Amino acid sequence: MASNYRVIGTRPIRPDGYGKVTGKDQYGADTFLPGMLYAKVLRSPHPHAVIKRIDTSKAEAFPGVEAVCTGADFPTVTSDEAIDSGEETISARFMTALSMANHKVYYKGQPVAAVAATSPAVAAEAVGLIEVEYEPLPAVDDVLDAMKPEAPLLHGDLYTERLTGEEKRPSNIAKHIQQSRGEIEKGFAEAEVIVEREFNTQMVHQGYIEPQAATVQASPDGRLTVWTSTQGAWQIRTQMATILDMPEGRIRVIPTEIGGGFGGKFTPYVAPVAAVLSRKTGRPVKAVMKRSEVFQATGPGSGGYIRLKMGAKRDGSIVAAEAFIAYDAGAFPGSPVGAACLTGLSPYTIPHLKIDGYDVVTNHPRVKAYRAPGGTPMGMAVESVVDEIAVELGMDPIDLRLKNAVGPGDRMTNGVAYNSIGFKELLQAIKEHPHYTAPLEGEFVGRGVACGFWTNGSGTSTVHLNFNPDGTVNLIEGSTDIGGSRASMAMIAAEELGLDLSEVRPQVSDTESLGYNDGTGGSRVTYATGVAVYRACKDALNELKSRAAILLEVDEAAVTFSGGIFRAGAAKEIRIQDVIKQLGKTGGPFEARGVSGSLQRAPAFGASLADVKVDPETGKVQILRWTQFQDVGKAIHPAYVEGQLQGGAVQGIGWGLSEEYSFKDGHMLNPSFLDYRMPTALDLPMIDTHLVEVPASDGPYGVRGVGEVCIVPPPGAIANAIYRAVGVRMTELPMKPECVWRTLQTAQQEQVSETSQAG
Amino acid sequence: MAGKVPVRLCVNGSEYEILVEPRQTLLEVLREEIQLPGSKEGCGNGNCGACSVMMDGLASNSCLILAVQADGKEITTVEGLADGMQLHPLQQAFLEEAALQCGICTPGFLIAANSLLKKNPDPSEAEVRHHLAGNLCRCTGYDKIVRAVLKAAAAMRAESSKEEVSA
Repeated sequence: MASNYRVIGTRPIRPDGYGKVTGKDQYGADTFLPGMLYAKVLRSPHPHAVIKRIDTSKAEAFPGVEAVCTGADFPTVTSDEAIDSGEETISARFMTALSMANHKVYYKGQPVAAVAATSPAVAAEAVGLIEVEYEPLPAVDDVLDAMKPEAPLLHGDLYTERLTGEEKRPSNIAKHIQQSRGEIEKGFAEAEVIVEREFNTQMVHQGYIEPQAATVQASPDGRLTVWTSTQGAWQIRTQMATILDMPEGRIRVIPTEIGGGFGGKFTPYVAPVAAVLSRKTGRPVKAVMKRSEVFQATGPGSGGYIRLKMGAKRDGSIVAAEAFIAYDAGAFPGSPVGAACLTGLSPYTIPHLKIDGYDVVTNHPRVKAYRAPGGTPMGMAVESVVDEIAVELGMDPIDLRLKNAVGPGDRMTNGVAYNSIGFKELLQAIKEHPHYTAPLEGEFVGRGVACGFWTNGSGTSTVHLNFNPDGTVNLIEGSTDIGGSRASMAMIAAEELGLDLSEVRPQVSDTESLGYNDGTGGSRVTYATGVAVYRACKDALNELKSRAAILLEVDEAAVTFSGGIFRAGAAKEIRIQDVIKQLGKTGGPFEARGVSGSLQRAPAFGASLADVKVDPETGKVQILRWTQFQDVGKAIHPAYVEGQLQGGAVQGIGWGLSEEYSFKDGHMLNPSFLDYRMPTALDLPMIDTHLVEVPASDGPYGVRGVGEVCIVPPPGAIANAIYRAVGVRMTELPMKPECVWRTLQTAQQEQVSETSQAG
Repeated sequence: MAGKVPVRLCVNGSEYEILVEPRQTLLEVLREEIQLPGSKEGCGNGNCGACSVMMDGLASNSCLILAVQADGKEITTVEGLADGMQLHPLQQAFLEEAALQCGICTPGFLIAANSLLKKNPDPSEAEVRHHLAGNLCRCTGYDKIVRAVLKAAAAMRAESSKEEVSA
């Protein structure tokens, strides 16, 4: 099909690429200022303890140390106000505790003091001289243990939040979410096949390669300038203002380039500490985390326990589903269990539903968003059970899903109706894909499929366009570019203005040079910031049309615009570049603006198709072939859309096969990239992608966000492939060799005992 | 603190004579003293490869090398890959193939791939994957990186055969 577009759907070189391949772009740790000091944070060695005493005198006297700070130097924040932290909100008092503890520590690695010194080495040596006396408390290390009434309490003032009934006793259960539809008992009574499974998953880390970093300069007039790598400059501003109890307008956040985030870089972990130290010294202070600090003291993705029971009729219609989901929030409330309740079962039309979700605190690091936050563990559970039903019924797994798949007008588990979605089209595309029917040869090999759903975000974006005397355009956006979004924004502008991509220069703004922007998360940038670009272009064309009318000496109403040319009748025309060049003659410079907000959601469906080989001797699973499917609405820059699918798939593969926080009594045992095992190039085949384009209901071109849903299906696809390879159902993540091996051994022993009983 | 030690480094073709602390890594000296922050610290213990530099022709994790160990060595960082305004074929291929998203690991991958292509101008996909296994990328899933390296290798082979013909 011929494209209606000139720029959209092509694969140009991204405008910001040159700085990145030549090493010139500045990332979080690349801020160097005259007179700069280096901060180092002292972190709690205990997962749960009362701070009895801190003595900083030796550190203060150490040569090269310019300032020391503790919780006493931070404002006391007691408010429970929900503060915007990018893809979630967090209670003000708990958010503050992520930057600096006061009186009590709730997880290993929580900051208790910090030093600013003339070099990183001096700072590191000096924090070792700070004396802290702790009274250790018993640590809560597991979600189900934490839910028990006799469990040690993290917070004496935390009461379970639920719609009905008031709690009288404090608890580690911060929230209980309930969703239901129909009558669950009736549903299971109608079912002819029922499958029930329990799943256990662990915390995982986003694994961005760039550690958190911030440099802060305090000014005598009370202002702060913050250079930091973040997914949301405006969210950093809001959170720092809360933590430091100061007006937002006095903080300027200048976002640097960002070395990955995946949901984990919305929180100012070290920036408030650098701010306090800069205030004490008057000098710029840089704080950069080490990798072990990133693992232990930033927000990983949640793990937890899921029990899922689903029932279907012989014809394949799923009639009932009941889920118990307990997610680990870490030290403070706020796990993404709500998203698990919403997204896991929403792909299917299930008349009878009962979902209970629990947000549970433990003495682990406080979780943060991680790509489709909350979606992946629940996706693994649902897609495994659906696959098992297909096997029980002797149905093709895609046919079973097609029979139950939601379409426009069907409802999510929370009752909200879907607008335009492409789940059925996606399933059909899998069925017709050569990978699905390709022969699979050899011993211990299997093919698995799994799907995933994500609501996607929208939110607010602001875009300005201004114009250069050479006829080119500057595009100012507030969305951090984390993976090529400058390219897609410039492409939308070039498309609408009839310009060449090289004539549009995109730039990411700081918080003082542009209106408010939500962060780069929730798969929202290409969608919502794209809408803002589109509207800014319409705004620009309105004004440029009147300028063209002056230059063409016609009435504005007679002017039309297409393909970059303003025309009045057959004889008179002028290129948009020539109108821009002559703005000075036609009334002077102007700025065009576009703002997006209140857009409908543009939900995303994705799927993974995996061929694996299992080594029964070791339990090691090898990925032989992989195809990632997704309804992307409309791919603006297909190469970067594919890149999102490939990257998301591989994060999902890592989650599926090797990645986990290994805890013992609240201590993470593997806080390094050596022991926290992310996939390398050697572990993987090429990741094929297949883009389905079902236009979204709102916004230009039918664009949907593409970043997140791709991480949801991979673990389920791998688990289903393992079943088809060796006949065992995996119910734990990661499906690391020892886990697969043990499951195979247990299955063999059961078989032996069954055979001997039968004999 | 121990006294500083003089070190001579040739970085991207320029000679530097500097005083370093014995405990300072080559990465820290490149970034902080010589002001070439293109090499990145992702882990500080040799697991991610973001700090990769060429040292006397070998790709090395500069976070694991003390600056004093690099005395007298020739170092190439990502800033030294391009020939002035002329991008290295690997840099060009990474741009064309969309082989970077956030870009933080890109300097390390370019250095590692360059060291592979110096030894083996015509690597297979498996050889590229094997050689790049010491570099972590969290954005791309490696697919487009592997393709970019294979494309750059082909471009470099075509270029060198052209040179042979004209010579």
